[in-house]
Amino acid sequence: MSGANDPYDPKQVAALSAEALDAAVAAAREAFARAAGLEALAAARPAHLGDRAPVPLARRELGALPPAARADAGKRVNAARVAVTEAYEARKAELEAERDARVLAEERVDVTLPWDRTPRGARHPLTTLTERIADVFVGMGYEVADGPEVEAEWLNFDALNIGRDHPARTMMDTFFVAPEDSGLVLRTHTSPVQARTLLSRTPPVYVVAPGRVYRTDELDATHTPVFHQVEGLAVDRGLTMAHLRGTLDHLARALFGPEAVTRWRPSYFPFTEPSAEFDVWFPEHRDGPRWVEWGGCGMVNPRVLVACGVDPEEFSGFAFGLGIERALQFRSGVGDMRDIVEGDVRFTEAFGVEL
Amino acid sequence: MRVPVGWLAEYVDVPAGVGVEDLDTAFVRLGLEVEEVHRPAEVTGPLVVGRVLEIEELTGFKKPIRYCRVDVGEDEPRGIVCGAGNFAVGDTVVVALPGAVLPGGFEIAARKTYDHVSDGMICSVRELGIGEDHAGILVLTSGGDGPEPGADAVPVVGLDDVVIELAVTPDRGYCLSMRGIAREMSTGLAVGWRDPGAAALPGWSGEPAWEVTVADADRCDRFSMVALEGLDPTAPSPWWMRRRLAQSGIRSISLAVDVTNYVMLELGQPMHAFDRDAVTGPIVVRRAREGERLTTLDGTDRQLSGDDLLITDDTGPIGLAAVMGGASTEIGDGTTAVLLEAAHWEPTGVARTARRHRLPSEAAKRFERGVDPEMTVAAMARAAELLAEYGGARVVGAPVDVDTRRPRPAIGLDAGRPGRVSGVPYPPAQVVELLEAVGCAVEVGDSTLTVTPPTWRPDLTDPADLVEEVVRLAGYDDVPSVLPTAPPGRGLTETQRRRRAIGRVLAEAGYVEAPSYPFVGTPALDALGLADDDERRRVVLVRNPLSEEEPALRTTLVPGLLATLARNLARGRRDVALFEHGAVFLGGVRAPAPLPGVDGRPDDDVLAALLGAVPGQPWHVAVALTGQREPRGWWGPGRAAGWADAVQAARVVAAAAGVQLFVRPGEAAPWHPGRCAELVVSEGGDDRVVGYAGELHPRVCAALGLPARTSVMELDVDALPPAPVPVGPRLSTFPPVFLDLAFVVPNEITASHVESLVRGGAGELFEAVRLFDVWSGPPVPAGSRSLAYSLVLRAPDRTLTAADVAHVREGILAVVELQGITLRSADA
Repeated sequence: MSGANDPYDPKQVAALSAEALDAAVAAAREAFARAAGLEALAAARPAHLGDRAPVPLARRELGALPPAARADAGKRVNAARVAVTEAYEARKAELEAERDARVLAEERVDVTLPWDRTPRGARHPLTTLTERIADVFVGMGYEVADGPEVEAEWLNFDALNIGRDHPARTMMDTFFVAPEDSGLVLRTHTSPVQARTLLSRTPPVYVVAPGRVYRTDELDATHTPVFHQVEGLAVDRGLTMAHLRGTLDHLARALFGPEAVTRWRPSYFPFTEPSAEFDVWFPEHRDGPRWVEWGGCGMVNPRVLVACGVDPEEFSGFAFGLGIERALQFRSGVGDMRDIVEGDVRFTEAFGVEL
Repeated sequence: MRVPVGWLAEYVDVPAGVGVEDLDTAFVRLGLEVEEVHRPAEVTGPLVVGRVLEIEELTGFKKPIRYCRVDVGEDEPRGIVCGAGNFAVGDTVVVALPGAVLPGGFEIAARKTYDHVSDGMICSVRELGIGEDHAGILVLTSGGDGPEPGADAVPVVGLDDVVIELAVTPDRGYCLSMRGIAREMSTGLAVGWRDPGAAALPGWSGEPAWEVTVADADRCDRFSMVALEGLDPTAPSPWWMRRRLAQSGIRSISLAVDVTNYVMLELGQPMHAFDRDAVTGPIVVRRAREGERLTTLDGTDRQLSGDDLLITDDTGPIGLAAVMGGASTEIGDGTTAVLLEAAHWEPTGVARTARRHRLPSEAAKRFERGVDPEMTVAAMARAAELLAEYGGARVVGAPVDVDTRRPRPAIGLDAGRPGRVSGVPYPPAQVVELLEAVGCAVEVGDSTLTVTPPTWRPDLTDPADLVEEVVRLAGYDDVPSVLPTAPPGRGLTETQRRRRAIGRVLAEAGYVEAPSYPFVGTPALDALGLADDDERRRVVLVRNPLSEEEPALRTTLVPGLLATLARNLARGRRDVALFEHGAVFLGGVRAPAPLPGVDGRPDDDVLAALLGAVPGQPWHVAVALTGQREPRGWWGPGRAAGWADAVQAARVVAAAAGVQLFVRPGEAAPWHPGRCAELVVSEGGDDRVVGYAGELHPRVCAALGLPARTSVMELDVDALPPAPVPVGPRLSTFPPVFLDLAFVVPNEITASHVESLVRGGAGELFEAVRLFDVWSGPPVPAGSRSLAYSLVLRAPDRTLTAADVAHVREGILAVVELQGITLRSADA
């Protein structure tokens, strides 16, 4: 250690010599490189970056230098310090990357393992298909109307121009409600909702009425005594059969693709005149593109309008009804009606929550 | 209606090249739905007409055998062995020559049998595949005329004749006859036709055939009758007639009966033949009297109603008018004199009688749908002609014809109306032309047409009916496709949105929707252990159920759901969670629903009574589950489904409906009394029970063969109050404090009650609470359990201090201690 008044020669302060600093840096680099892991690196750190390490100690000597020499030596010390620190950080990053790679590899899992701890349920395709059809009409501005399944005979038949002794009434295979004079039936179609709607609203009226209906058929591969229909009714000024066709074509395209159209065959329903059965062209039928029978339609019989208090000279309307089971059968290739009605979860699960 | 194409071609000039497919298409376009096309069985090889020249009766065999010499148009007759005996020398028959293959692959070859070489086969109807009759061989004609021997027999017996089966809609009764079908097809193909009903009537004269009085002209506006004598009761019906009856699905009975049936098919006029010698005194057409009975042709002794219309003589009823004849005047083996009746009956009365006596006869079917009243005498003339030709009968005297028909009112039709209805602008001339094609008489006025529909179209009564005819015949394909613009709608109603939301959340929660038939029976309700006075036993009954075991409509979704559950278990599924939502039907005594007229809107009182008579049909939702709610897996064991899942399903439903649901212990069938939750909502300060959830009673599981611990929830969705509009909470950004508290709670105090106490006691700083542990057993004293709650506290405006938390804790303790609840200490 030199005295305060000694003439200064930096070279005489050995710790600040370029050689000494270079040696310290080299030693640090070697020590860090030798550290095989983060723990060893941490252990090596005090010897080269701690307070008693060569470079910090050299830094302390700076104060003893004359101002002229101090700047030069200071630069050297700083450079050495930066070099050691960088060496340390670089090695640390290297070791951390190694560690991470190893640990993440060890934590690898089989991501294909199932995790169906709470299995998803499903909605019945009759429900979801009905909703889909209703939504097409809601999109056109229609409202969805409901009616009861146990229905007044008058609304199911008489108001729809199906008189008491009309052959169409016998052909309906009706379930009658006890007692004999109850005046009630299990509705044979969703058409009574037409009458209910016209009795409770003033035209213009645009409604669809999905629901469950009943006929006295035994359950087999093609029949079910309990089934579902969607009824549509529009009563407005100036409605024509062209509007009916436009509406059915639109529904067909919405459900069966842009190629779908409808075809009409003359038929008979007491509550529509003219009446037609309609088929839909279904390009994706599993047995090849074809016409499929779908439902009945027609212009609301003026007699129905009269029975519901609507002036047939001012208003005209169209109505249609279609079977949901039938649509489900051909749209989804369901061969046996029993699969639709028996509630086997394997069937329903195949359709998920939305259709 | 079954239409033999060969028969149709007798009346319609079907152009060459028009095949069965073209006819099929034409029928469909006309509105006559083709149900089925029946093609005859295929016969190949030589099938020819033969004439029997000689018959040698062979003896010494177990059965009578004939060896015949048959002229088959060759140089030499052929020798043919035959086991049937119903033919004579001179008859023409059908012969299958060696090389022919009959239906069923039956190959014909010359072979030696009964000591003779049989060089072909004389065929029966059944062997030809054109009928079931195999009692004897088919005799085409007896003696004299007949088809030429050697001629191809295929067209002769109609083996090339296709039958098109049509579904005729109830408005078009005239299409239940060849006459009506031919008329339609001539329009459909735009070709000419011959009306079999337009034949000139014979000039009958003399005394009226019988004394007839029609006492009910409203129900019978035309009654015609003719008498015939000299009928050979043994004369068979000609083969062609039997063949056509068979093609039409009608059994051959005797010449007289076959002729009336044949004429009905040809002209659409049902007829009846009485054995004249069995009719006593004048015939009166009248309503039945109290206590009268009639044995009909089917052998049934019937109690008659005062609404039944009868044909009577001095002995009483001899026929149920328009529906079925009586047994006492039936044509028998010895009948030589007949009275033929052809009448026009009012359709709705026929419908009532046919329904009352469950006799949907061919005649009734036609009268209900409308028969051309113009045809009575024409039909009798046609029948008389056939009975003369094939049975030797001759008409005696003049026919009776009581005709009280009123003129048909004309219909005024605006010529532009068909265009306004269809959207296709038909020129007025086309409208007239098409109406005339239907058979209408049209008078053209300034802008309106005066249209008189033809006698065979009673269904045409309104302008709308005429419009349909115009559009139908012009073709529905002409109607363009135009999408109308509906006024803006309001979307789904709250109720509809709620139902959808409930279905979706239950499906997302793992339940599979399983809609079931709503039919139930007493055993199903008994199995649920319902008390005798349980509301759910007050059912709506169906008068004509599919199964006598299930005559009622459901008042609860549970029986159907459990049946579906059982079906899935029976099919090998172990873990099943199902839901159903739909209407249930409330029973009880109600006033009958009125049946007002249809001339206008019913008045408000009648309408209210009508709508009020319809039973309430609230919308329920139910779940049922068994097995593992969460399956075992590589993560560990599964979790069995149980009462808590059922209760949670109710909470999920309520949340989807936007309604606050409270749960408290309940007791109701079919649930386990200790594991049943009562589901409660609050509306306007009143608590209302909307359903139950929990584990099924063990006895119910046993009765239904369901696994123990099967759990069920059922809730009345319509009883849930409307959802309030949700209010957005104010969010505090200050840090929360978490506080855990464990209590020792007497067993009789429910967790939901403790939770509400904690909420109340926590005061304004309360944010959330969650029960995280339940413990019974040491060190917790018997009769109590430990409930541990985790609270989140937060202030809207500051960071909470230790003093705040201590204050909340004291507040809670003060409240719960009043109920005998203590804080759980370190050692308890």
